[in-house]
Amino acid sequence: MKRLSDVASLREGYDLAIIGAGPAGMAAAATAGGRGLSVLLLDENPGLGGQVHRGVEASPLAAVPALANVPGAGRALAQAAARAEVEFLPGATVWHLDAARRIGVSAGGAARMVVARRVIIATGALERPMPIPGWTLPGVMSVGAAQTLLKAQGLVPEGRVVMAGSGPLLWLYAAQLVAAGHPPALLLDTTPRANWRAALPHLWDFLRSPYAAKGAGLLARVRRGVRVVSGVASLAIRAAPGGLEVAWPGGTARADRVLLHQGVVPQTNLAQAAGCELAWDKAQACFVPRTDGWGETNLPGIAIAGDTAGIAGAEAAEASGHVAALAALHALGALDGAARDAAAAPHQAARARWRRGRAFLDALYLPAPGFRVAPDEAIACRCEEVTGAALREAVRLGATGPNQAKAFLRCGMGPCQGRMCMLTVVETIVAARGVAPGTIKPLRIRPPVKPVTLAEIAAMDSTEAERAAVEGR
Amino acid sequence: MFRRLHEGATPLPFTFEGEAVEGREGDSVAAALLALGHDATRETGVSGAPRGPYCMMGVCFDCLVMIDGVGNRQACLVPLRAGMEVRRQRGRRKAGA
Repeated sequence: MKRLSDVASLREGYDLAIIGAGPAGMAAAATAGGRGLSVLLLDENPGLGGQVHRGVEASPLAAVPALANVPGAGRALAQAAARAEVEFLPGATVWHLDAARRIGVSAGGAARMVVARRVIIATGALERPMPIPGWTLPGVMSVGAAQTLLKAQGLVPEGRVVMAGSGPLLWLYAAQLVAAGHPPALLLDTTPRANWRAALPHLWDFLRSPYAAKGAGLLARVRRGVRVVSGVASLAIRAAPGGLEVAWPGGTARADRVLLHQGVVPQTNLAQAAGCELAWDKAQACFVPRTDGWGETNLPGIAIAGDTAGIAGAEAAEASGHVAALAALHALGALDGAARDAAAAPHQAARARWRRGRAFLDALYLPAPGFRVAPDEAIACRCEEVTGAALREAVRLGATGPNQAKAFLRCGMGPCQGRMCMLTVVETIVAARGVAPGTIKPLRIRPPVKPVTLAEIAAMDSTEAERAAVEGR
Repeated sequence: MFRRLHEGATPLPFTFEGEAVEGREGDSVAAALLALGHDATRETGVSGAPRGPYCMMGVCFDCLVMIDGVGNRQACLVPLRAGMEVRRQRGRRKAGA
């Protein structure tokens, strides 16, 4: 792997560009390198790993015996990617991708456009928003955020920590805090009890899956060391003297820090901006790009690998990264069909194995509608401070979906470009209108998908035709 | 407040709101501020409400700060460097201000 330090070292064109260096992106790079093709790997973070394997190349937890195994899972994959013959630009923000596979990338205060014959989008997942009153207060953050601080910097929250929500990551992080000797004071489990009925038909598959033993161990370790309140049906956080106060039906608790989590959803902004088609996934209650078994989208030459194509976890993401890279190698003429199929078979089998059991997790941990729809007083759009009440008023005035609500209220127009609010806005609108989410178009995302300064764009190389168009020649 | 489980990393001096402070090699700007006890690192552009890092992975934009005079920097994505001048990003611009 050749590590680049600035956009000036990029070539104008690549055979394959992989966007995101998490499990899917690292696997794609490991498979695609060394076949005589030019391969570029881009990531916003300073190193390989993505979110799930954060800090895998230089973990501060190596010196903490109780947590020394945390970075272990991604190490072999990161080493395989680091050995691959690819170019890697870390600290790179991709702010543009279009159907012609032009990629706008920015690093170290300079921007550049590169073109790729094939693109693999591996932008991963983000935590599902949890629009409860008070979730924007300082001191409230997501569980994933706190876990990033643990993995990348070896930081743990001090004082009275209250964790609230549902999903595997909530329990995993609580168990890591217990192991670190800093258990949270309270865990408020919002998993709806009624979800068990929907999850039961998938129980057998789950019990045969690798997740079962791991999950049971986690739950047991947390329950031994932490006070857990189950069946919490609503939550609110408010500022209190000297900290925060969390309230739920039947109780209140003082907190120095509140950590929220209710699962993860695909991070689709870049795919949407390029023009990839999305469909509503009822089981995961989110929009998912349409892809085939090779990760191919509706756009020729643009594929999606990993959780961006639907949440299936790190191991399935790794397998799908290999599969998408093999499809790209075949499309670029570096591998014939038979060789592609033979090489893909074990990865397709691994992907199927790691997908088994997900249906149970999806059904069990689907947040209750009350946690997906913004209450009147809760902020749905954090950037523009748009509340649930304002969204319902916009619906009354004729807004039918997120694109109309954006024109009414600016939700989705702030710096996050809808990443944090789109699902809440969609679910709040469909609940108010009494229609199904699948009948509503997702937010239309336009480039730049991340902020880039005008100075950076102005300083980019332009073609003679572009200069002529601007100068009116 | 966040506490470091391991104190081995090299200290990096920088300033926050003009005050001399210290982070560690390997910190993002947001991580360094959280380790120093600063949960509120910006004021929103709509109501001026205080906000701080929420997602730590570049998607929420609630950690926006000014770094060396440049606004709208995502503190969770910018690696801390010695000598950085970091300030809270303060709300909306007032006309004439």
